[in-house]
Amino acid sequence: MSVKPDAPRSFQAIILALQGYWARHGCAILQPYDMEVGAGTFHPATTLRSLGTQPWTAAYVQPSRRPTDGRYGENPNRLQHYYQYQVLIKPSPPNLQELYLGSLEAIGINMDLHDIRFVEDDWESPTLGAWGLGWEVWCDGMEVSQFTYFQQVGGHDCHPVSGELTYGLERLAMYVLGVDHVMDMPFNDPDAPIPLTYADVFKQTEEEYARWNFDTANTEVLLRQFEEAEAHCRHILDQPAQDPKTGKRIVMAHPAYDQCIKASHMFNLLDARGVISVTERQAYIGRVRTLAKLCADAFVQTRAGGWSEDAA
Amino acid sequence: MPDLLIELFSEEIPARMQKRAAEDLQKLVTDGLVEAGLTYAHAAAFSTPRRLTLALEGMLDASPRTVEERKGPKADAPEKAIEGFLRGAGVTRDQLEERETPKGNILFAKIEKPGRPAAEIVAEVLEQAIRNFPWPKSMRWGNGTLKWVRPLHSILCLISDEGGATVVPLEVDGITAGDSTRGHRFLAPDAITVTGFEDYEAKLKRAFVVLNPQERADAIWHDASNAAFASGMEVVEDAGLLAEVAGLVEWPVVLMGPIADDFLDLPPEVLQTSMREHQKFFSVKNPKTGRIEKFITVANRTTADEGATILAGNEKVLSARLSDAKFFWENDLRVATSDKGMETWVEALSNVTFHNKLGTQAELIDRMAVLAREIAPMVGADPEEAEAAARVAKADLSSEMVYEFPELQGLMGSYYAKAAGKSDAVAAAAKEHYAPLGPSDDVPTAPVSVAVALAEKVDKLTGFWAIDEKPTGSKDPFALRRAALGLARTAFENERSVPLAGLISTQIAIHDGQVFGKLCALNTVAIRDFEELLRTDPEADEKTLRPVINKLKKEMHRNDEDVVASVQAKADDLLAFLHDRLKVYLKDQGIRHDIIDACIAMEGNDDLTLLVKRARALSETLKTDDGENLIQGFKRANNILTQAEEADGVEYSYGADVKFAEDDAERALFAALDAAEAQIKPAMEQQDFATAMSAMATLRGPIDGFFDAVQVNSDNGMVRRNRLNLLSRIRSLCTSVADLTKIEG
Repeated sequence: MSVKPDAPRSFQAIILALQGYWARHGCAILQPYDMEVGAGTFHPATTLRSLGTQPWTAAYVQPSRRPTDGRYGENPNRLQHYYQYQVLIKPSPPNLQELYLGSLEAIGINMDLHDIRFVEDDWESPTLGAWGLGWEVWCDGMEVSQFTYFQQVGGHDCHPVSGELTYGLERLAMYVLGVDHVMDMPFNDPDAPIPLTYADVFKQTEEEYARWNFDTANTEVLLRQFEEAEAHCRHILDQPAQDPKTGKRIVMAHPAYDQCIKASHMFNLLDARGVISVTERQAYIGRVRTLAKLCADAFVQTRAGGWSEDAA
Repeated sequence: MPDLLIELFSEEIPARMQKRAAEDLQKLVTDGLVEAGLTYAHAAAFSTPRRLTLALEGMLDASPRTVEERKGPKADAPEKAIEGFLRGAGVTRDQLEERETPKGNILFAKIEKPGRPAAEIVAEVLEQAIRNFPWPKSMRWGNGTLKWVRPLHSILCLISDEGGATVVPLEVDGITAGDSTRGHRFLAPDAITVTGFEDYEAKLKRAFVVLNPQERADAIWHDASNAAFASGMEVVEDAGLLAEVAGLVEWPVVLMGPIADDFLDLPPEVLQTSMREHQKFFSVKNPKTGRIEKFITVANRTTADEGATILAGNEKVLSARLSDAKFFWENDLRVATSDKGMETWVEALSNVTFHNKLGTQAELIDRMAVLAREIAPMVGADPEEAEAAARVAKADLSSEMVYEFPELQGLMGSYYAKAAGKSDAVAAAAKEHYAPLGPSDDVPTAPVSVAVALAEKVDKLTGFWAIDEKPTGSKDPFALRRAALGLARTAFENERSVPLAGLISTQIAIHDGQVFGKLCALNTVAIRDFEELLRTDPEADEKTLRPVINKLKKEMHRNDEDVVASVQAKADDLLAFLHDRLKVYLKDQGIRHDIIDACIAMEGNDDLTLLVKRARALSETLKTDDGENLIQGFKRANNILTQAEEADGVEYSYGADVKFAEDDAERALFAALDAAEAQIKPAMEQQDFATAMSAMATLRGPIDGFFDAVQVNSDNGMVRRNRLNLLSRIRSLCTSVADLTKIEG
């Protein structure tokens, strides 16, 4: 890896460089969503905010969980808990590709020595009822980001279209830092008084969660929680728009969507426990998708989702 | 005459769509121009990852002026009719011409359309082309409504001649056409202004863009071959990959790197597939070792370090990929060579659905094993071995490698079967039983592979017939047409006689029973639950639930005779489908459909090998004069005979005796029939249809001679009867190979 002299030397330096870069380009730097999600796209700042006509620009780190990918911290690049960096801009600006390439430069990739390619990769999330067209971005044959123009989310056509960038932070950082095993990656500055590696921070939890995800999680509890979350989500959305206490119009799209996220995560855990057959899988995904669509329907009935007194 | 240059510059177009898109652009624009009267001498279209380009030479500078004469009403027609005509033609009354015709005085209008300047037409046609472009998938972006494959950034549209170049005034969804483009994204990102195609192509090349995809592909192949040759190796040919890679770069730079020693023992197909699918790398083979030892990647740029950084990065990514592949390979081998061996995988397949009505992969394997055993003796395979092969043929579907690379199914199975100590025939069947994958793909030839391949196809076809999911129109999601032709070709190309009628109807009955059994099981459970609900839940509504329960119960009762009839009807329909696929295939090989029909009309038409043999023999014979004339003679004999049989109400089928013959030609026909029959009988027993047909063809002369000399309908009843019985001998001999009444002409 060829890097510039002021290049980042740790995992966190790369995250900070991305935060700084997107802040300079006008994004609201949000914090991670406080729930277990499978990818940064699930953050309501992406899923819900890509709906409706209101302009939006946000960037954030999102811890993401994929229980089936756990390898007890032994695989060089597979983790059940990892970080994604997510950028969403609506409407997508005409220079989004250039902005994106600028972000690679900002984390120390020397654009004169590398081969950056945009390779077709259409994105689809069956659980979110969403799809878009775009690319996976390759740096010297390595996939470093997903680049997507959202066309539909929660069953709604996107007008205007959002541009979404997703960086797999560990993989990208390992590449930039020239590290072969994720656990060897410096987490903070290697010259800090107490230098920590990725293993120091996450080896313990990877082991614990891998055991829990694969063998210990109580499937009856998970199943019940899935069904509770599903019922809860519907219950929230069944409430009338008008709040009887305050008399205000309050459509509760976000609380309902939290339950949708919860159901989705429960499904992922059940899947990792190997108790979902191939045929059932489709049915579960369909159930989560139905919730996501209902939440999207609700969000476009909120002010943030573009609803207004005049239009209604 | 002027030239036209169009470039549509966008974000990266998927490689697989570029070629077709360039062709579509050319077609849409040139069709539109020609329709508007703007002809041209020459057109060429090009594509790169970021642009579609169309260049026309020798285009008219304006569409020609046209004059159209339109016939109107009679001169004395009502005023309303004349006014209507004037409006339609867009002319005034004094512009009409009155002419005398045999039908009276008629008004004619001359409608003159002035020529239109090229720029105006081009602008209209191009806008339409952009708005209606047939991308397989297209998208919107930003606030816009235009759809393109990825965001469209600029339109270059120039008409140029000796006098210079003019931009065609055009705006599509906020994008205004101009005379500029951009070079390579990283090496020459600035705007370039051009004056015509030659200037454009040359400036692009200076800006690190090779416009012509063929030129890029040629350069890649040339440089790759040279690089491999320099280290005594050769690039594994892959035309699909070459075209794809040429669509991923504007400025190809070939880089070759080593594959680490750790991975050299992986099966070559695994290396190749992993490198091609994930990394778009070419494989480089060492002819001395037969192994794939290097890779070639194609970068989109030159760099100051001559690609060193890029190559190092690619090597690293490849290592990670191949570590995965090696991990899968070693895990799979561990399973295959364990005590339980591939059986572990077969068991796991009981959780994998093959089709929601037709059950799991494990159930499919059980059915295939029974079928393979039954088919084995017909194709010269050992029944035990065929059954064993069928049991492991699909085991690799549970392996980690096939999960990662589905296209390696079968092939991995054969590696693992060998590792598990199975016989070579069993291992080969795992790889070959999916074949043939298309009409030109080779069929398996090893007997065990043939047995398993036939079993797989019979089970698949009968399964989908049993549940009424036959191909319709262009829809054939389970590739049943391919399976049907594959079944037929595997049988007849191996010259194996496999009567299908029994196999098909039995197998449809088995599927039917399984499907029905599952339905009954599900219904039983549902009925139990509903009745429980009615007993225990006071809110349960008897009125709603009872009819549901009754309906479920009713579904579980069926009439045996109906089942038998329905199975037979499906079996007949499937056989007819097989015949249809065969007809299409043989027609492509020059065998007429009436010939095939004539053979299908014969007994034993469920043996497709026999059917094809008949058809080929008949087709060959009909290509000769004797053959063609024999048909005429046969038809004449058959017509006379049939008419007489209808008139007399009897069948003339026996007892022609030469002693009642009155004429030499008649006696000659008797002799010829005796001679032919002596040849045809034993030939038919040997299924040697060619010999039988050529013996039949010798009858042509005697039959013609007979009809020239003899009147069949003699006044003498005895003689007439004898002659009709003689014709009956012609009929029965000539229809031993095929029903010649079905031959046309």
